[in-house]
Amino acid sequence: MHGWIQESGLKKKKLMFEKEKESIGITGEIAEDSYLEKKYSRSSLYKDALKRLRRNKLAMLGLAIVIALILIALFAPLLAPYDPIARIKADSSLAPSSVHLFGTDLLGRDIFSRVIYGSRISIEVGIIAVGISVIIGLFLGALSGYFGNIPDTVIMRIADIFFAFPYILGAIAIMTVLGPGVINIFIAIGILGWASFARIFRSSILTIKNKEYIEAARALGASNYRIITKHIFPNAFAPIIVYATMNIGTAIIVEAALSFLGLGVQPPTAAWGKMLAESLDYIDIAPWMMVFPGLAIVITVLGFVLLGDGLRDAFDPKLR
Amino acid sequence: MDSSGNNKILEVNNLKTYFYTDGGIVKAVDGVSFDLKVMETLGIVGETGSGKSVTALSILRLIPQPPGKIVEGEIIFDGKNILDMDKKELQDFRGNKISMIFQDPMTSLNPVFTIGNQLMEAILAHKKITKKECREESYRLLELVGIPDIKRRFESYPHEFSGGMRQRVMIAMAIANSPSILIADEPTTALDVTIQAQILELMDELKEKTKSSIIIITHDLGVVAKYADRVMVMYAGRPVEFSQVDNIFYNPLHPYTIGLMKSIARLDHGKNEKLKPIEGTPPSLIDLPEGCVFRVRCEYAEDECKSQYPPLSEIEPGHFVSCFRAKEFLSGSLVRNK
Amino acid sequence: MNDNKLLEVKNLKKYFNLRSGFLSQRFSGSVKAIDGISFFINKGETFGLVGESGCGKSTTARVILRLTNPTEGEVIYNNINIFKISSREMFKVRREIQIIFQDPYASLSPRMTVGDIIGEPYEIHSIGNRQERTKKVKNLLKVVGLNPEHINRYPHEFSGGQRQRIGIARALALTPKIILCDEPVSALDVSVQAQILNLMSSLQKEFDLTYLFIAHDLSVVKHVSDRVGVMYLGKIVEIAKSEDLYEKPLHPYTMGLLSAVPIPDPQLERQRKRIILQGDVPSPLNPPSGCRFHPRCPNAQEICSIEEPQLKNYSEDAGEHLAACFFAGKPI
Repeated sequence: MHGWIQESGLKKKKLMFEKEKESIGITGEIAEDSYLEKKYSRSSLYKDALKRLRRNKLAMLGLAIVIALILIALFAPLLAPYDPIARIKADSSLAPSSVHLFGTDLLGRDIFSRVIYGSRISIEVGIIAVGISVIIGLFLGALSGYFGNIPDTVIMRIADIFFAFPYILGAIAIMTVLGPGVINIFIAIGILGWASFARIFRSSILTIKNKEYIEAARALGASNYRIITKHIFPNAFAPIIVYATMNIGTAIIVEAALSFLGLGVQPPTAAWGKMLAESLDYIDIAPWMMVFPGLAIVITVLGFVLLGDGLRDAFDPKLR
Repeated sequence: MDSSGNNKILEVNNLKTYFYTDGGIVKAVDGVSFDLKVMETLGIVGETGSGKSVTALSILRLIPQPPGKIVEGEIIFDGKNILDMDKKELQDFRGNKISMIFQDPMTSLNPVFTIGNQLMEAILAHKKITKKECREESYRLLELVGIPDIKRRFESYPHEFSGGMRQRVMIAMAIANSPSILIADEPTTALDVTIQAQILELMDELKEKTKSSIIIITHDLGVVAKYADRVMVMYAGRPVEFSQVDNIFYNPLHPYTIGLMKSIARLDHGKNEKLKPIEGTPPSLIDLPEGCVFRVRCEYAEDECKSQYPPLSEIEPGHFVSCFRAKEFLSGSLVRNK
Repeated sequence: MNDNKLLEVKNLKKYFNLRSGFLSQRFSGSVKAIDGISFFINKGETFGLVGESGCGKSTTARVILRLTNPTEGEVIYNNINIFKISSREMFKVRREIQIIFQDPYASLSPRMTVGDIIGEPYEIHSIGNRQERTKKVKNLLKVVGLNPEHINRYPHEFSGGQRQRIGIARALALTPKIILCDEPVSALDVSVQAQILNLMSSLQKEFDLTYLFIAHDLSVVKHVSDRVGVMYLGKIVEIAKSEDLYEKPLHPYTMGLLSAVPIPDPQLERQRKRIILQGDVPSPLNPPSGCRFHPRCPNAQEICSIEEPQLKNYSEDAGEHLAACFFAGKPI
C-alpha cells in the first residue's frame, strides 16, 4: 500500500501512543490524591533508567565485569598469591599450572599476580583520565553552549582540531613532551578526550536552553551561574554519564598502547600494556605471557562498553 | 455500499483495546459500541486519554502490537469483521475503503519526496492506471482540495507548504481512492483558527461530493456542534453518551456531558458568565475505580454507582447513555445543578 | 484613567536577524516578529492579546520580561522604562512582573521537586530562611489548590492541570503586580481549562493582580479579558474593550477570526453565516506591502496595498476603540 502514508501512519500512531501513554498516566500521573495515591511510587528519570538497566542482560554482564574489576583492583594485595614484582629465578617462563595459575614470565614473576595488580593502573587511568576529560569538557561545553557567539566558535573550532588529530598519535606526542609516567598518562588522555564531552554537553545545553523552565528561571532573575548549575546541569547529565562510561574503555586501551610503546607505565610496575610488550619476543615459547594480559584488556573494555551501551538504552529508551 | 438493506456502513461492537505496559494493563478502549450511517458525520469527543484516538486506530487495525492489543469486540464494515482480516485484505482495505487524516500535517508527509510523488503513490496503491492517467487524477484531486497553482505545486516539497496546505494534501491523499469512510483524528488542532475553518468546510463539502461518511475526532465542542450529525462522548475509554447532536447539546443525560457543557468558555457568552469546571482529573486507565468510572468526579453519584458500571442503554429513542440516573434527568425528577 | 496605567508598551519592535554563510555570517534578512506595537494595561485589569501563530504575541511577553532584547521601542512599567535600567534594577523589577507558560510539561524542570521549583524565587531573591521558605511554599500550594504534602514530589507525578497550578504558584511566589500569561490553558483539556481559568480569576481578586493574557482561543480571551488587542503579523490591528470588540469588530481580520470560531450550539451554528478567510498567513520574513492583511481581505482596495493604515479611534462614546483599517467597520 502507499508506503509513506502507512509508514507515517505507523510513526504517527507511535507518537500518539507516547502522548496517550503520558496522558493516561503510564508515566505516573496522579489524579485527585485520594484513591490513586497508593499506586504511584516516587519514580524519577534515574530510577526508571535503573529499572530498565536491570532488565538488560548484557548491560548487567558489563556492570558485573566493571564491579569485579574494581573489587580486584581494590583488594589486589589480598587476591594476588605472589608479589607482582618479586622475581623467582627458578620459576622463569613456567607454563600455567596449579602453582602459577597464569604461568610466569621471563624474570620469574607470577603473571596471575601481575594481571591482578595491572588492573589498578587500568582502572586509575580509566577513571582519572576520563574524569579530567569530563571536567574540561563540561566547562568548555557549558561556555560554548550557553553563551554561544564568539566563545562558541572559538571552543568548537579548537574541538574540531582535537577531533581531527588521531587519538593515539596525539597521546604519543604529548607523552613524548611530558615524558613517561602514570601521572602524565592521566594528563595526556584527559586532555585528548575533552572535545567529545564538550560537544555532547553543548548540544544538550542548546536543546535545554530554550525550554520554558529556563525562561521561567530567567524571568525570576536567576543568574547565569544558577541557571547552568541548577537547571541545565542536572538535565544534561545523562548523556555525559553514558559517554564517560564508554570512554573509560577507550582510555584503558590508549593507556595499554602507550605502555606497550614504552611511553607509559615504567617497569617494574605491572601494567597490562607493558606486559604485552614484554611478551612480544616470546610468543612462540611462552604464549601465556601475552594471552592473559590481552584477555584482561579485552574483558575490561568490553565490560565498560556493554555497561555504557546499556546505560544509553536505559536513559533513552526511544533510541532502540 | 449499502449491502444489508439498512444504511449502516460501520458497526463497532464492544471494542476493547488494551496496552500491556510495565506499569500494568492500560484499558485505553474498554467496551466501545457505535454505528456509522452512510453520509453521516459522527463526532467523537473526549479529553486526552479518553480513548478516542485509540478507537480510530483500532478501526484501521493500526494499534502498535506489542504493547497494544485488540482483546475483544468486532468491527463490521460492509458485512465483514475487520478484526478477522488477514494482512492482504487489510492492505487492500486501508486507504481504499477507510482512510484516515492525522492531527499533525507537519509530520504526516515525507519531507524527501515531492507532493505529487506522494499523492501518486497513494493513488497507485489501489488503482491500476498508467502514470499519465495517475497524474491527471492527482491534478483533479489537488484542485478538489483547493490547492492553487497545481502544476507547480505538484512538483513542490512538503516544506514549501504551509500547515493548512499540507493538511489539504493529506485530505487529497485520503480521498484518492474514494473511501466510504474518512476518519479525521483532530484534523485541525494543529492549525490556526482561520485555517481550521477552511479545512473543516472543505471536508464537509467533500463529504457531499463523494457521498462518504466522516468520523471526526475532536475535543472542540464547537466543531462538533457545527459539523456532526451524531456525537459519541467518551470518558476513560468508554462511551458515556451517544446521540443526535441536538440531544447532546440541549438535553445531555450523562453527568460528564452535562459538566463538559458548563465548563467551556463560549464565544456567545459574556465575561461574567462563570465557568463551572468538572472537579478533579480523569482516573488512571491502569487503575480504574470500581463501578462507574466517572463517579469520583460526579456530583450526582449514588451508592449504586460504586458497585457496577452502568451499561450504555437507550434512554429515549436514539439516545444512549451510560448512567444509572439518566432516566431521572430525562423525566426531570433530577434537576441538573446550576 | 491615564495614571492608572501599570504597563505601557510603546512602538515596540523585535526583529530576528537571519544570518547565513559559514564564516562571514552575512545578514540575510530579518523576521519582523513584532513591528511597532503600542498598548497599555491598566492596574487590576486583564488585557487579552489574541492572534494566530507567528503573529508575535508570545514574543511580546518575552520582550517585556527582557528575556530577549527589543530592536526598538519602550516598555514603561510603573513609570520606569525597563529597557533603560541596569540589570541590578531590573532584578528588583522582576519581582513584580512574572510569567506563566503554555506548556505545563516544559515549564517545570523535571529534576526539581515541587518545593524546589516554587521555592526557587525565594532563594534567588534571598527571602527568608529554609523553614520560612518551606512554610511559604506549602502555603502557596494551598492557594493554588494543591496538597501541601506533595511538596517533595516531582513534576511528572502531576497531571497537566496540576502542573499548571505549580507554574502559577511559582509565578505568585514573589507577590508580583502583573503576570504575563502566555497561552496558559491551551495545552489543557477543556474541563481542566475551566479549573485553571477560575483559579486565575480568583487569584486576581485575592492578590489584586493585573494580567496580560495571551491566547489564540477567542472564546477563552473573551471570558477573561476587560480589554483585547488583536495581532496580525507583528502588528496590532484592533484594540478595544472586550464587549465592543466582540460585539462590533471594526477590522476585517477580527471579523473573520470571530466568524471562524464554531460555537458549541448546533442550532445557532446551522443559522450562522460564516465568513471563511481565504489564504494563509504570509511569512513574517517577507510581509505584504501596505496593510499586511490586504491579500486575505475581502474588502481590500488599491490603497490597502500601497499605504499602511494606522490605528485610529473609532469609538462612538468617550472610550477607545482603535482599528488599523481604511475601511474600518465595513462588513465583510
